[in-house]
Amino acid sequence: MPVTSLKPYVGVSRDRVENYNGQQLVYASWDHHLLFASPFILCLSPQMTFGELVEQRLKPLVQADPDAAAVDWQAVQWLKSNQPFTPAFDRSLADNGIAHKEQIRWRTPGLNSLMSAA
Amino acid sequence: MDMKVAKKKLPLKEKYQYLTRDLGWETTYQQQEKIFPYAEYEGIKIHDWSQWEDPFRLTMDAYWKYQAEKERKFYAIIDAHAQNNGHLHITDARYLSALKIFLQAISPGEFAAHKGFARAGRELPGIGTQVACQMQALDEMRHAQTQIHALSNYNRYYNGFHAFADQRDRIWYTSVARSFFDDAMSAGPFEFMLAIGFSFEYVLTNLLFVPFMSGAAYNGDMATVTFGFSAQSDEARHMTLGLECIKFMLEQDPDNLALVQRWIDKWFWRGFRVLGLVSTMMDYMLPKRVMSWREAWEVYGVENGGALFRDLARYGIRPPQGWDDAEKAIDHMSHQFMLGLYQWSFGTSFHSWIPSDEDMAWLSAKYPTTFDKYYRPRWNHLRKLAEAGTPFMNTGLAKLCQTCQLPSVFTEPDDPTMSCHREGRYLGEIYHFCSDHCQTIFNDEPEKYIQSWLPMPSLFQDPLNGDVGAWMQWVSLLNGKDNGDFVGSEDEANFQLWRGLATKNQ
Repeated sequence: MPVTSLKPYVGVSRDRVENYNGQQLVYASWDHHLLFASPFILCLSPQMTFGELVEQRLKPLVQADPDAAAVDWQAVQWLKSNQPFTPAFDRSLADNGIAHKEQIRWRTPGLNSLMSAA
Repeated sequence: MDMKVAKKKLPLKEKYQYLTRDLGWETTYQQQEKIFPYAEYEGIKIHDWSQWEDPFRLTMDAYWKYQAEKERKFYAIIDAHAQNNGHLHITDARYLSALKIFLQAISPGEFAAHKGFARAGRELPGIGTQVACQMQALDEMRHAQTQIHALSNYNRYYNGFHAFADQRDRIWYTSVARSFFDDAMSAGPFEFMLAIGFSFEYVLTNLLFVPFMSGAAYNGDMATVTFGFSAQSDEARHMTLGLECIKFMLEQDPDNLALVQRWIDKWFWRGFRVLGLVSTMMDYMLPKRVMSWREAWEVYGVENGGALFRDLARYGIRPPQGWDDAEKAIDHMSHQFMLGLYQWSFGTSFHSWIPSDEDMAWLSAKYPTTFDKYYRPRWNHLRKLAEAGTPFMNTGLAKLCQTCQLPSVFTEPDDPTMSCHREGRYLGEIYHFCSDHCQTIFNDEPEKYIQSWLPMPSLFQDPLNGDVGAWMQWVSLLNGKDNGDFVGSEDEANFQLWRGLATKNQ
């Protein structure tokens, strides 16, 4: 629906990709691992490979979880925009179709130390 | 012979009539529509403004008299608090975190409400409404002032109070409250009245003020109790105005129902999200707790809110759309927030901490179906990390909801092990939400919410470009003083030292 207004009303997004000096935002989270209170916000180069994202950014961020060391990153199940997704680790984020502000998720069935009671 | 007739004193009702209703007149030099340009565009139809009821019939001279009396009492107690080292009579310095959040996020909200009611009083054509809004505008300004004065005593001794005005504008978590009021103030006057006058002041305010003021009393904070009492008599008037406004809209024209219902759905959910942080205060931050968030919700949400919506059913109003999901969140939200605040405490101008064994036993008793199952394992793990000398700091920073601007700490309504992921596209760009209801609010007016200033995404833009040190300077956060774990903080050390000096001989 349009905004109810007296005159034509046009808004401009504050977070459009042009505002990031060639970088882009990516959100990332590990399903069922809620030690991390919210998905992470990352500001990345679209030329970064998916493998670099995992090695340089995601692995250090999830160190604090007791399951972190046991993750087989080649075997995890990935989702992009909440849909199953198979990333190419040696290709760039752009080549993998990861757009600005895209949410990626990963699942590690069976690994669930802090939720085991659930 | 002429007899001198004593001038008859006007009865209050008549005096009120002279001072209010008779000040309104039909304009002749200018068209009414030009004088009240925002009265009709929202689509609310009003046929007869004289039907507006003014239950309080307060005139300005009476108003000044009452308020001046309250101010005298208030400042006498605040002076006594300062002179008697009131800041050492609180139960524990952990309590101060609740006050800091209040000062940074809620007191500026009082001032925003002042501006909003001043505007509504000008823009709504009815005289009764104008007078009531004008008085509420003055009340809200007074509340902001008395709160700032009351809490300024603490600023002399403790960290985290010194830059509340900068932090109101810049620090990430205050954007939640600020965007709430900005959203209301950038709407039309009727929506504003429903948002703040009805939804916030009537439906939700008891969940904020009653626990907060009782919390202050339980924890020995006389300064806060005093501003609470000073504001309380105004709140009755505000609640009446909010309720009168919604009934007036519904009685004036049956076509108003759909719009009023949509605003109730929207503003209930917006308000529920904003007040979510109160849950953390009640369950975690008060050293001496009053009741749990769940217990407060039972009284002020389920009982009072339920009765209200049963009463409004005769107009065709149903309970807000988000009500059931709110109910499902009650046993989870305080834990989800506090876990977030703890891991991002390097970026907060207040302290958080890992609950003690005793705290966890209390939480377990109050939340028998959720705490031990979902949240205790996380706290235990965090404690293990802290004891090993590697306390967890989540440098990943948070995804924020485009609508309510809270970090996405919430889980699926029916699955507490799964984050709630909601996203949509508007003109090709992706937007994220914390819940179905925030997404619905966005979809109703996307052009409004795409403009949201979201603190986390903007951190990565010019001029900060992700530099957290520069960000701390910009938000006036003194690293190592204002932020971080309460354990080991200056506030903790100073409170113990000073209280020791006051109660011991060495």
